[in-house]
Amino acid sequence: MDMNSFSPMMPTSPLSMINQIKFEDDPDLKDLFITVDEPESHVTTIETFITYRIITKTSRGEFDSSEFEVRRRYQDFLWLKGKLEEAHPTLIIPPLPEKFIVKGMVERFNDDFIETRRKALHKFLNRIADHPTLTFNEDFKVFLTAQAWELSSHKKQGPGLLSRMGQTVRAVASSMRGVKNRPEEFMEMNNFIEIFSQKINLIDKISQRIYKEEREYLDEMKEYGPIYILWSASEEDLVDTLKDVASCIDKCCKATEKRISGLSEALLPVVHEYVLYSEMLMGVMKRRDQIQAELDSKVEALTYKKADTDLLTEEIGKLEDKVECANNALKADWERWKQNMQNDIKSAFTDMAEENIHYYEQCLATWESLLMSQTDLHLEEASEEKP
Amino acid sequence: MEQAPLDPERQLQPAPLEPLGRTVSGLEAAVGEEAEGARHAGSGVDTMTENNFWLKKIEISVSEAEKRTGRNTMNMQETYTAYLIETRSVEHTDGQSVLTDSLWRRYSEFELLRNYLLVYYPHIVVPPLPEKRAEFVWHKLSADNMDPDFVERRRIGLENFLLRIASHPILCRDKIFYLFLTQEGNWKETVNETTFQLKADSRLKALNATFRVKNPDKRFTELKHYSDELQSVISHLLRVRARVADRLYGVYKVHGNYGRVFSEWSAIEKEMGDGLQSAGHHMDVYASSIDDILEDEEHYADQLKEYLFYAEALRAVCRKHELMQYDLEMAAQDLASKKQQCEELATGTVRTFSLKGMTTKLFGQETPEQREARIKVLEEQINEGEQQLKSKNLEGREFVKNAWADIERFKEQKNRDLKEALISYAVMQISMCKKGIQVWTNAKECFSKM
Repeated sequence: MDMNSFSPMMPTSPLSMINQIKFEDDPDLKDLFITVDEPESHVTTIETFITYRIITKTSRGEFDSSEFEVRRRYQDFLWLKGKLEEAHPTLIIPPLPEKFIVKGMVERFNDDFIETRRKALHKFLNRIADHPTLTFNEDFKVFLTAQAWELSSHKKQGPGLLSRMGQTVRAVASSMRGVKNRPEEFMEMNNFIEIFSQKINLIDKISQRIYKEEREYLDEMKEYGPIYILWSASEEDLVDTLKDVASCIDKCCKATEKRISGLSEALLPVVHEYVLYSEMLMGVMKRRDQIQAELDSKVEALTYKKADTDLLTEEIGKLEDKVECANNALKADWERWKQNMQNDIKSAFTDMAEENIHYYEQCLATWESLLMSQTDLHLEEASEEKP
Repeated sequence: MEQAPLDPERQLQPAPLEPLGRTVSGLEAAVGEEAEGARHAGSGVDTMTENNFWLKKIEISVSEAEKRTGRNTMNMQETYTAYLIETRSVEHTDGQSVLTDSLWRRYSEFELLRNYLLVYYPHIVVPPLPEKRAEFVWHKLSADNMDPDFVERRRIGLENFLLRIASHPILCRDKIFYLFLTQEGNWKETVNETTFQLKADSRLKALNATFRVKNPDKRFTELKHYSDELQSVISHLLRVRARVADRLYGVYKVHGNYGRVFSEWSAIEKEMGDGLQSAGHHMDVYASSIDDILEDEEHYADQLKEYLFYAEALRAVCRKHELMQYDLEMAAQDLASKKQQCEELATGTVRTFSLKGMTTKLFGQETPEQREARIKVLEEQINEGEQQLKSKNLEGREFVKNAWADIERFKEQKNRDLKEALISYAVMQISMCKKGIQVWTNAKECFSKM
């Protein structure tokens, strides 16, 4: 079996894929390491864009070297994603971060945006690397290793834009038919995807809102503490207590900052990636339906004897294989995806809970120490009063 | 029906042997004569009421609030809240309390009581009333006076007001206060009969004095400055605290949304379902916990508000001092100028400008008899003036002494109360943190089981 590229003509049994899953997902046996960093701004007369440095380290034989360093821009990632979808229409390709975020963006290239995008791109490439099939994709290899000019010339090969557009039109037309004949298990899958998509979108919104509210809470708290200090200036007998309260509030502010950054680093990116995944999944379902529709239309044609029956029968045979491959690929990848999703969601929320526990523990400690110092003082004063 | 916890400091002290400030100003003496049997003027240990009411320990509580409708002075329908005031006396022997009086009062009657006390005890820092209208509200808190939470907090504030008066060594012995607690009908008329409104210093006079006084006691100037600072810093604090509360409310409540979505999501998940569902429940618990937390914090805000309003009471005492001092300075000035005039007439020299001097210059000298007559009048006036100045001086010094004693008492009270409030704030924060740890620990367990 040619492992370097997956073509629909080459049937792969689910069993062999499962074996691959075990092999690829074992961290000790990982042999492809990718990092995305160092965003750099490039200015030309026509446009301004950002490139990211991609470092690949590998021990695989099919790579010419063991280390590669290239620079890629977002467009290049889009190209890669397109190629992967083309080659593996019913595999769950990892999602790319959005092209642009319209809401609340002042400039296209502010630091937070770039950093968020960088992290997402890093995730994207690593997910491909961890995927049992996609990791061996030829375009993926080119993406990681080719110099800029090599990549450009490689991009020019392959089906042109027009033919790709033609495919899309046909896809829309036939996908409706594919839905009608969808097998039971894929109906279930589709149902799951629809509901999951709804819920994960809501969770994304809720999480973003929590981030916003916590930021605003922090801003107010920062103003709150200093007022106690101001007050202490006019109260001789309450100076210590007031200053202590101010310092507690200040410490709680710091704890809040940590809580907020934990949220934005751990929870928000994970939830958002799954929002994009849910869109991706709907696309995968459509493509599967489309492949099935192709078969169904040919079968229909045969029933009504619309064209040469021998030719049709041969085509139907090929399409039946194609459909079976597509369905098997999706089924296997679906199980893998669900497992990953469960783990990712579980650890993201567990981390968030942990962050919150830590936050409250810190605040508790600071207020408790104030209370102790005040009661100590009180006992001191009481004992001083007894001559 | 809630009662304030039995705080020994808040209960009535037996009357001290030499009550302070009983003969502060002629005002009090005058009032004593006018109000029929209401108060004893003069000094001495007093049980100004018929029996040894104050020598027993008593408990006062504002135990209920009720919405009422009635007709006001313009015969229009109005809705107001009435508060039930219950007074109990505690027997020494067995500590049991017996209900001795119970009556209903509305906020305006409390105001009347306070205004009366302000006029008759200008040297006392009179405890303030809880706010008339809700201020420093944050989003969830209602600004409506009829809102049950507001009414409840006001009930507590009014009870606090009465307890403050009852525990004040001087104010507790006031007859009008006693009647406020015991005589439901006719109390308003009794207060008005004292004609205290007539005796109140006009605001204009007070303002004038503030600007023109030359030598006020330095301590009062400092006190005024302090009360301005206190008012400004507490207002600022309350405003920002309200905003913080608002934000905190938002953070907690948004987490509640997780509960609903997790529950819906759990329906499609086989392995994750249970964990999601139970985690969602904890998110709901977290979201609803903020209501109690912030209610407790309102209590803290109310404690601060009382001292915000006390700042005004401090300023009132300062104003009275300025007024008396100005009065004194004017009297002294007047006396000095009369003496001068007298001297000039006697010696025949005109050193200062006077209308009489001018007219004599223009229209000719007056006769020696006329001059003698004028000197005599002036001498009488000077005598009177000197007497008045003496008594004004004495009054002024007495006022300063007594006011300062009460201010010292107030300072101690303020330090105790504010310290307690700050500590209770810390206790609230601790409780909030503990709840948070509990909820998130539970949630974490659910998440890790997914």
